[in-house]
Amino acid sequence: MIIELGHFALILALFVAIIQTVVPLVGAHKRWAGWMAVGEAAASAQFVLVAFSFAALTYAFVVSDFSVSLVVANSHTLKPMLYKVSGVWGNHEGSLLLWSLMLALFGGSVAWFGSNLPPTLRARVLSVQGSIGVAFFLFMLLTSNPFLRLEVPPFDGRDLNPLLQDPGLAFHPPFLYLGYVGLSVAFSFAVAALIEGRVDAAWGRWVRPWALAAWVFLTIGIALGSWWAYYELGWGGFWFWDPVENASFMPWLIGAALLHSAIVVEKRESLKAWTILLAILAFGFSLIGTFIVRSGVITSVHAFANDPERGVFILMILGFFMGGALLLFAFRASAMEAKGLFAPVSRESAIVANNLLLSVSCFVVFVGTIWPLVAELLWDRKLSVGEPFFNAAFTPFMVVLALLLPIGAIMPWKRAVVGRSFKVMIPALVLAVSLGLLGYAMQTGRTALGPIGLGLGAWVLFGALTELWQRAGRGPVLGRLARLTRLPRADWGKATAHGGFGVTVFAVAAMMAWQVEDIRTMNIGESYDLEGYSVKLASVDETTGPNYFTTMARFEVTKNGRDIATVFPEKRVYPVAAMPTTEAGIDYGFTRDLYFVIGDLQQNGSWAVRSYFKPFANWIWGGAMLMALGGFISLADRRYRVAAGSRAPKTPAAVPAE
Amino acid sequence: MMRATVLALALATGALMPAPVMAVQPNEVLSDPALESRARALSKDLRCLVCRNENIDDSNADLARDLRLLVRERLVAGDSDSAAMDYIVARYGEYVLLNPTSTGANLLLWYAGPLMLLVGGGIAFTYVRRRRTLTETAPATLSTDEEKRLAEIMRE
Repeated sequence: MIIELGHFALILALFVAIIQTVVPLVGAHKRWAGWMAVGEAAASAQFVLVAFSFAALTYAFVVSDFSVSLVVANSHTLKPMLYKVSGVWGNHEGSLLLWSLMLALFGGSVAWFGSNLPPTLRARVLSVQGSIGVAFFLFMLLTSNPFLRLEVPPFDGRDLNPLLQDPGLAFHPPFLYLGYVGLSVAFSFAVAALIEGRVDAAWGRWVRPWALAAWVFLTIGIALGSWWAYYELGWGGFWFWDPVENASFMPWLIGAALLHSAIVVEKRESLKAWTILLAILAFGFSLIGTFIVRSGVITSVHAFANDPERGVFILMILGFFMGGALLLFAFRASAMEAKGLFAPVSRESAIVANNLLLSVSCFVVFVGTIWPLVAELLWDRKLSVGEPFFNAAFTPFMVVLALLLPIGAIMPWKRAVVGRSFKVMIPALVLAVSLGLLGYAMQTGRTALGPIGLGLGAWVLFGALTELWQRAGRGPVLGRLARLTRLPRADWGKATAHGGFGVTVFAVAAMMAWQVEDIRTMNIGESYDLEGYSVKLASVDETTGPNYFTTMARFEVTKNGRDIATVFPEKRVYPVAAMPTTEAGIDYGFTRDLYFVIGDLQQNGSWAVRSYFKPFANWIWGGAMLMALGGFISLADRRYRVAAGSRAPKTPAAVPAE
Repeated sequence: MMRATVLALALATGALMPAPVMAVQPNEVLSDPALESRARALSKDLRCLVCRNENIDDSNADLARDLRLLVRERLVAGDSDSAAMDYIVARYGEYVLLNPTSTGANLLLWYAGPLMLLVGGGIAFTYVRRRRTLTETAPATLSTDEEKRLAEIMRE
């Protein structure tokens, strides 16, 4: 019964979304306040309906209702509760429902907190947001209905994929979706502004928190996914340039460009048309990402043919929204006249350079991702584009970006002098170069990648700190420190996020340059040496977990006779899904991880063992978390709270006809 | 079957989903460290043909193991790096290369980024130059709605 109610609520949500699309749009055009106000009610109703629908599906998973085919395919009675719940979105249909839930939540937020928006703009934003909802509700109901029942329910389910039964991955999709869908709000604002025909500083101020929040969630989602790959997949890689990874990385890159260019719109009223275009593209890449992941088209053209219905549907959604928005852009962009003037050397120009580098690097990722498809379609060449290509073609842009960042970030608006901005940064530069040289001196006969990454990361990090210190003004140190604490949160957020970028740049280079690998067979009781640590294989036991069998090894790590850690790498088999998984045993440390994987039993009774010394591994995700934290700090800045909290005058009940 | 499962998983989660690995086995490692490190470097550029975007070093599939052994066999036989790669490409096709060649149409792939940078940079440069010389546009006049709103704000 609850399942049918959930299904029904979803259908109702579709109709509400249709109303939300049509009525406010007409209202905004005709200036009918009553029609415009429908948007808010519809957005709230849509959220309530989808939330109910989602709750109904969650309920089915929690009580293991095996008459629902989705539950059968993705759950099992023995599964821990956390994974029963995360199983709701660990599949195609459920993840779409989650997507729609977030879409409705964000649409609702615009309705609930947008009382200080001009009423026509708000109505149009809600209308565009509603139309995205229509597309996704239709997609779900026509091709991927999560509420389908089975005629003969089985006794038990087929279990969620064991790789997904993991806390890191349980929360990876929701964060990614918050990011993707958050970008839909920026898109709605962009299209609404195009319909409205004007973009001003207030528009920039409204779009920026959305773009920023979406980007922060994408950052967290990507970092979680990467961290999960690191500890779960068994060789400690953290990024593979896989199409589905690239699918989330492209919106992240464009989102980063967008949140910077929106600053220029807000503060300087320039780059308006470009910012609109970025907002459209950012959501476009979210849709392309969904298309890549859902259709399987990139893996192989033939995989696409297996399930063309869904792929074609998403392609149609993509075509409709991108085609429509870009067409609108072509007609209206010239109306977005910029006001602010700036010199070729200025903060504005620096942000233009930032946008150029981020967009081009996104373009490189895009071309690399679709190239196998293009080559097969046009020249019938079956080829692969993998990690070596992306490392070579993408990295240079990030290096240039990191080089320019500290100088660009400290330049004043309107007109700057390179020498003056550079002079401030000389201590940071000296420090970074000496650190790089130190790194070079300490390593022996390895690539230059490590020292360069160290210098570059330090340059960005110290640059961010220098900027913060500069903001505190002049005078005695104590006075400066006091002023530091009173700086606007936006300044702190900026420094934190930029510093985090520096940390990640350094950590990625360090991991790629200085990682040490060891492969061997060993008998129980034997020891070996890994980068100064003595590692002993103490035992290997066969045990069982709640829904799996496991081969668990025990490694004892010591250094100079002192106990460092005991780790338990596992090899699990999940019988229901008939799948083996590896659980690496990791001793996390501030400057290094020790990473152990237990392999197969050899014929002579010894065990295959793989271990790694991974320098600064945690810093990769630490840097990402700093970037996200910086975004959160900026979001908490006073001017957004003031803007959101100010009591706007009630909109007049009726607007006189014009 | 393998690919179908992996694909279904990737579709289901939006995440990368290679199978768990034991990858390079201890008994595959060559005794000559110089040869072994060359083999490892080559392996990074070779795709496990039955996997999803995995190189043969990271994969535990049988085919990946065969390829790893083949690479080592060729190196031990005295092949240069490029000769060993040519040998493998001749048997398994261009698809096996994770690092696409820079020949023919692939030039477009390799130069896409730099070309886009040139085009975008050109546009940005002209734009930035124009921003300097353009005369300030007259401030837009407020609409009647906005004037009313402004009056309300001023009253508060």
